[in-house]
Amino acid sequence: MTESFRIKDCALAEIATGSRAQNLRELRDNLEHIDTDSIYYHFWGALLRPRFINREFNNDFAEWARRGLRDYRLSERIAVLDPTAYPETEQLRRELIELIEERLEESEHVPWARKDEQFHFRRSKIVVFDTGIELSRPEQLVEAVPAMSLGSVFYHFIDARRREPRGQNDFQAWLGGCGEAYHGLCLQLGSIDPFFQSLPELRRQLSDGFRNWFGSAHS
Amino acid sequence: MTTLLQSYAEIVGADVIEQLHQLARQLAGRRVVHVNSTRVGGGVAEILAKLVPVTNELGIECDWEVISGSPDFYHCTKGFHNALQGNATPIPERLLRVWEETNAYCADQLREKLESADIVFIHDPQPAALLRHMPQRRGRWIWRCHIDLSHPFRPVWRYLRPFVSQYDASIFSLADFVQRMPHDVYLIPPSIDPLSEKNIELDQSEIDEVRVRFGIDPDRPMICQISRFDRFKDPLGVVQAYKLAKKFAPGLQLVMAGGEATDDPEGEAVLREVREACEGDPDIHILLLPADAHRTINALQRAADLVLQKSTREGFGLTVTEAMWKGKPVIGGDVGGIRLQVVNHQTGFLVNTPEGAALRIRYLIFNGGERRRIGAQAREFVRENFLLTRHMREYLTLMLALQHPGQQRIELG
Repeated sequence: MTESFRIKDCALAEIATGSRAQNLRELRDNLEHIDTDSIYYHFWGALLRPRFINREFNNDFAEWARRGLRDYRLSERIAVLDPTAYPETEQLRRELIELIEERLEESEHVPWARKDEQFHFRRSKIVVFDTGIELSRPEQLVEAVPAMSLGSVFYHFIDARRREPRGQNDFQAWLGGCGEAYHGLCLQLGSIDPFFQSLPELRRQLSDGFRNWFGSAHS
Repeated sequence: MTTLLQSYAEIVGADVIEQLHQLARQLAGRRVVHVNSTRVGGGVAEILAKLVPVTNELGIECDWEVISGSPDFYHCTKGFHNALQGNATPIPERLLRVWEETNAYCADQLREKLESADIVFIHDPQPAALLRHMPQRRGRWIWRCHIDLSHPFRPVWRYLRPFVSQYDASIFSLADFVQRMPHDVYLIPPSIDPLSEKNIELDQSEIDEVRVRFGIDPDRPMICQISRFDRFKDPLGVVQAYKLAKKFAPGLQLVMAGGEATDDPEGEAVLREVREACEGDPDIHILLLPADAHRTINALQRAADLVLQKSTREGFGLTVTEAMWKGKPVIGGDVGGIRLQVVNHQTGFLVNTPEGAALRIRYLIFNGGERRRIGAQAREFVRENFLLTRHMREYLTLMLALQHPGQQRIELG
C-alpha cells in the first residue's frame, strides 16, 4: 500500500520587488532579469490574492496590457499563454518576451501606461503547514476535498506542479501510486484546466469529480 | 461567553478561523508588540483594537503600546504625514529634533518590552525612530506604513528613509504606494472589522430612525458619499453627477456626510463651495457628523441605494469596502485602492468624470435587479478579501516568513 495523503495548507506572503514598468519596452527589459518567482507569481498568484473572482484575464501581464497599455491585441496574445504547457518557468519567460518583442516590432509607437497604472513586479513567499488531516484510502477524498481550505486546493493542485517531477497535481501523484484502478480518475484530474478557474470553482470541480467517481461502479 | 474568534467564525466560516489557528500554532510562545501613537481614532487604532485581542485569542502573546509626546511632536508627525503624501511643506529642524527626542524618551520607557519581543510592528512614522535606540533587540522589527508613499515630498522622505531602512522588513497596503527599501517589502491590504460599530448589522428601526432624523424620504431613492470635504474626494463632482442624474430621476436624494468643524482652512473652503453648489435643493443633505458617529454612518450607508466615492486621488479607500460590505454597489473614482475593489458590473463602476458617475447612477437607480445583484456580489467580495480575518492571516503568514529569512518556500510541521 502506498503512503497516506497528508492534507497541507498554504498561505502566500506577497512582496513588492521594487521593479516597475510604465511602457512595453520597460516591461520587456524587466522580464529579462526578474526572478522566475515573480513570473510564476504573476501567472498563478492572483488565485490567492484579493481579486474579483470572475476575473477577465488569467495572468497579470495580459491584464496590464489591456488596462494599463490599452493594447488589446497584445493582451489577447498573452492571455492565451498557458503556463502549464511550460515545464520550466524560464521557458515561459522566453515565450512571454518573444510575444512582447513581436508586438514592439509591429508597433509604430511603444505603448505607454499612465503614471498611476504602472506594472509593479511582485513575488511571493509560500508558507506551507500541515493540517493534521491524513487520508489512508482514496475514497476519503469524497469528504475531505469539499472541506479543504482554498489554500489547500492551491497547494495540492497548483503548487504541486512545481514540486512533482512530471508536473502532476498531488491527487494524481497519490492515486497513481494506489494502483491501476485509479488510472481513469487520474486522467480525469489531469484534464481539469486550473488556469481559467477560481479556487472555489476548482474545489467544486474536484469535489464533483471524486464524488462521481467513487459514487459510481468504480468504488 | 462568545469569543471574538467565534463571532468572526459566524461571519466568515469556521474553516477560515481554523486556518488562523493552524498558522498561529506555529508561532506559539512568540511575543509580539505593536507600537503606534494613538489608542483611539483613526484607522490604525481601529484595526489594532481588534487585531491585538484576536492575536492573543490565537495563543500568541501580543501587546499594544502607544507612544505620546508634546504638541510639537504631533505637529511634526502631522507634517510627516502630509509630506509623505506629497504635500511640499518642509518641516523645521526644531520639530525634527523634538520627534527624535520623543522617540529616544519613549524607547527608554519601552526598552524592556521591545528588546525582548520576538516581533515588533512599528506603525507609521511617529514611532519609527524607536529602532535606533534598541541595539540589544533580539526580535525582528517591521515598519508598517499605512501611508501612500508613491510621491513623497523628497526632502522629508530623504530625512526619514535612513530611520526606516534599518528595519528587517516593511509592509505597505498596495504596490503603488511603495518606495524602494533595502529589505523585503510585504504587501498587505487593510481591512474592515465586521463587528465594529461602523459595520455591524443594524436593526431596520435604527436605519429608519436615522432617515427620520435627517429628513430623508424613505420612499425615494437616496445616494450618499461618506467623506471629509476635501478636493481629492471631489464633492463638487458628486453634486454635479447628482444634478445630471436627477434630470432623469427627479425623486433622487443625495447625502454627503463628513466630519464636523475642522481646523483645515482648505476643508472649510471646499465645504463652502459645496454648500453654494447645493443651494436651493432640499433633496441634498450635507451632514457634519462628530468623529464617533459610527452607527449613524453605518445606518446612512445601509439606507442608501448605492454609495459614491468619487475620489480623484485615494489611498486604499476603506469607505468603499464598508459600503460594499453593506451590500451596496459603489460608484468610485478610477484611482488608488478603489480599483482593487470596484470591478465594473461586478461590484460597482469605476468612473472618471461627473458625467460618468451620473450615467452609472441612472443605470443602477433604474435597474433594481442589477443593483441588488451587484450589491450582493460586492458583499461577498469583501467577505472573501477585505475583512479583518484575512488581514490577520496575512500578518501570521508574514511573521512565519520572517522566521525563515532568505527562504522562498517555508515548509512547517
